[in-house]
Amino acid sequence: MSTRDEVLARVRRHQPAAVALPELPNFERAAATAAQAFESFTAALTQMGGRIVHPPADGDLDALVRGLYPGARAICSAVPELSGNRPLQGVQHARDLDDVDVGVVRAAFGVAETGSVLLTERELRVETIGFLVQHLVVLLDPASIVATMHEAYADPRVAAARYAIFMTGPSATADIEGVLIHGAQGVRSLTVVPLATS
Amino acid sequence: MTRRIDHAEAASEFIAATDHIEFHDRRLWDLRRKRDRATAAVPEWERLRDLASQIKEHTLTHLADYLEQFERAAQANGVTVHWARDAAEHNQVVYEILAKRGVKTLVKSKSMLTDECEMRPFLEQRSIAVIETDLGERIQQLDDEPPSHIVVPAVHKLKADVAELFARTLGTDAANHDVHYLAESQRRTTRPSFLNADAGMTGANFAVAETGAIVVCTNEGNADLSVHCPPLYIASVGIEKIVPRTEHLGVFVRMLSRSALGSPITQMTSHFRAPRPGTEMHVVLVDNGRSERLGMADFWSSLKCIRCGACMNTCPVYRRSGGLSYGATYSGPIGVIIDPTYDLRKYSALPFASTLNGSCSAVCPVKIDIHDQIYKWRRVISERNALPFAKKQAMKMAGKLLASPRLYRAAVEAAGAGVEYLPRVMLYNRLNAWGRQREVPAAPAMTFRQWWLKHRADKGGEQR
Repeated sequence: MSTRDEVLARVRRHQPAAVALPELPNFERAAATAAQAFESFTAALTQMGGRIVHPPADGDLDALVRGLYPGARAICSAVPELSGNRPLQGVQHARDLDDVDVGVVRAAFGVAETGSVLLTERELRVETIGFLVQHLVVLLDPASIVATMHEAYADPRVAAARYAIFMTGPSATADIEGVLIHGAQGVRSLTVVPLATS
Repeated sequence: MTRRIDHAEAASEFIAATDHIEFHDRRLWDLRRKRDRATAAVPEWERLRDLASQIKEHTLTHLADYLEQFERAAQANGVTVHWARDAAEHNQVVYEILAKRGVKTLVKSKSMLTDECEMRPFLEQRSIAVIETDLGERIQQLDDEPPSHIVVPAVHKLKADVAELFARTLGTDAANHDVHYLAESQRRTTRPSFLNADAGMTGANFAVAETGAIVVCTNEGNADLSVHCPPLYIASVGIEKIVPRTEHLGVFVRMLSRSALGSPITQMTSHFRAPRPGTEMHVVLVDNGRSERLGMADFWSSLKCIRCGACMNTCPVYRRSGGLSYGATYSGPIGVIIDPTYDLRKYSALPFASTLNGSCSAVCPVKIDIHDQIYKWRRVISERNALPFAKKQAMKMAGKLLASPRLYRAAVEAAGAGVEYLPRVMLYNRLNAWGRQREVPAAPAMTFRQWWLKHRADKGGEQR
């Protein structure tokens, strides 16, 4: 008997009496307005070490990012709203983004409960833009924020993606004496810029 | 014959290091308090616990069908699915995948399963370099120790220990104990491994039967780097990690990090469903005793565990003995009920490393009856006559005492007088385990029975 068949046969033999699958109730937050959703999103994101920076009145995102990271030499953008100086088209290999200071992407949507943004291979284009770069700027349409993780998982884009991540603030660790460090193995900072999809 | 792990003896060394034990106790209790705050902020928390428990029980009682569904979905995504009966077969499967592609370096994120299988030494003996990329797990790898906690692997170490270790292994400044400096040193020295590794590996927090996706929850971003940089990705998955559908992840993801660290979610909640174009993805489904455990009427529900570590953080015995003293991959209350299923004799002392206070069951997000199972393991162990001699004698004495009200009363009264009048040397010596590392509390002026007889017996209380 193959390993597969042996394991499955033993599992089948030992399965306890069937327990029914419960229906998931609707945990939607009643009467949550868009403003309230953005407020909870901001609170949760801040708790998780991220920050909100509003776009400038003149809409110049390149200037905004240069102002936020004055020392940045390589800025790589995966969004049409900002050009940066390192085109993503030329990237042959995931590791080529290792010397990038700032990456810019647009989230598919946000989650108020946790301050998370959904990024998939569609938004990232090259997955490592979310991890190898030093700082990440995420454009987020405030109208796209859902209330809870239940609603987030109900969005078909999560299951359909080859790769999907709910990213919540920058990479972090507290593995030494509980001291919180932002910038563990991934990005050191995560900035969300609320900006409607053009 | 395997040697029995003597938890109390193993813990004594850790307890002797006063700074360490005090910090360990405080840090884990802090995590427990953060968990309390986070769960109190979710009005439907208890509802979520019920749902999580029922979803897990449903899945485990239909596990074979869900495993087959997962396999079909993963294969349709272009993923190669492997099966392993036990740790040895798991290691061999992984080795063959790597060897066939000439892999020299494997970067991996934290996986209790690969620790359980002792995969690292197996691959290293076959000339494959394995780099743990989670900070805590890397510390433990460099120090040649297993993780002491399933969420915070190096929680038993102080920054001075890490500074000394990194100076010895990574060439950092031994005099610099700054945590930012230490973490940055590990980031700097790990980055080239991500860029140059031939393969990446993760465990799995969840595996979705409907879609074939592997879900990995981390805070450091190291799992995503391990998967996205190299051309080959292997996920090792215990067969109990299956959940039926994507929608069920909402329940578990809302609970996992709140229970573990008190944060609403891990910084990264990543779903790997299919390989990037031009790369390979493999999943190894591992049994290693799980299908046997599924058939144990009293213990199968321990398979519901989502590895949050809340039971460890709340356990007074774990906090004051350290994870390494359990001598097993899984420590703390959950370890105490899982470990004996791997080797009853070796781990027969572990179910006694508990006060049975029930706090572990109260914080468990999937409602495992942990303290009841600890008690049931004690029964199994005493029935199989696997109790250590001293414990057996003490239990025999206790049995006689508790069976006779007269003997019990005499003993309680004598004990109270004893604490008050005996010289310290009689109480705090090597023979009295309860006098070590703690002061025996002062005895009340009268026993409960004396108090009852004086205040209540004459007011209609029944005297027996």
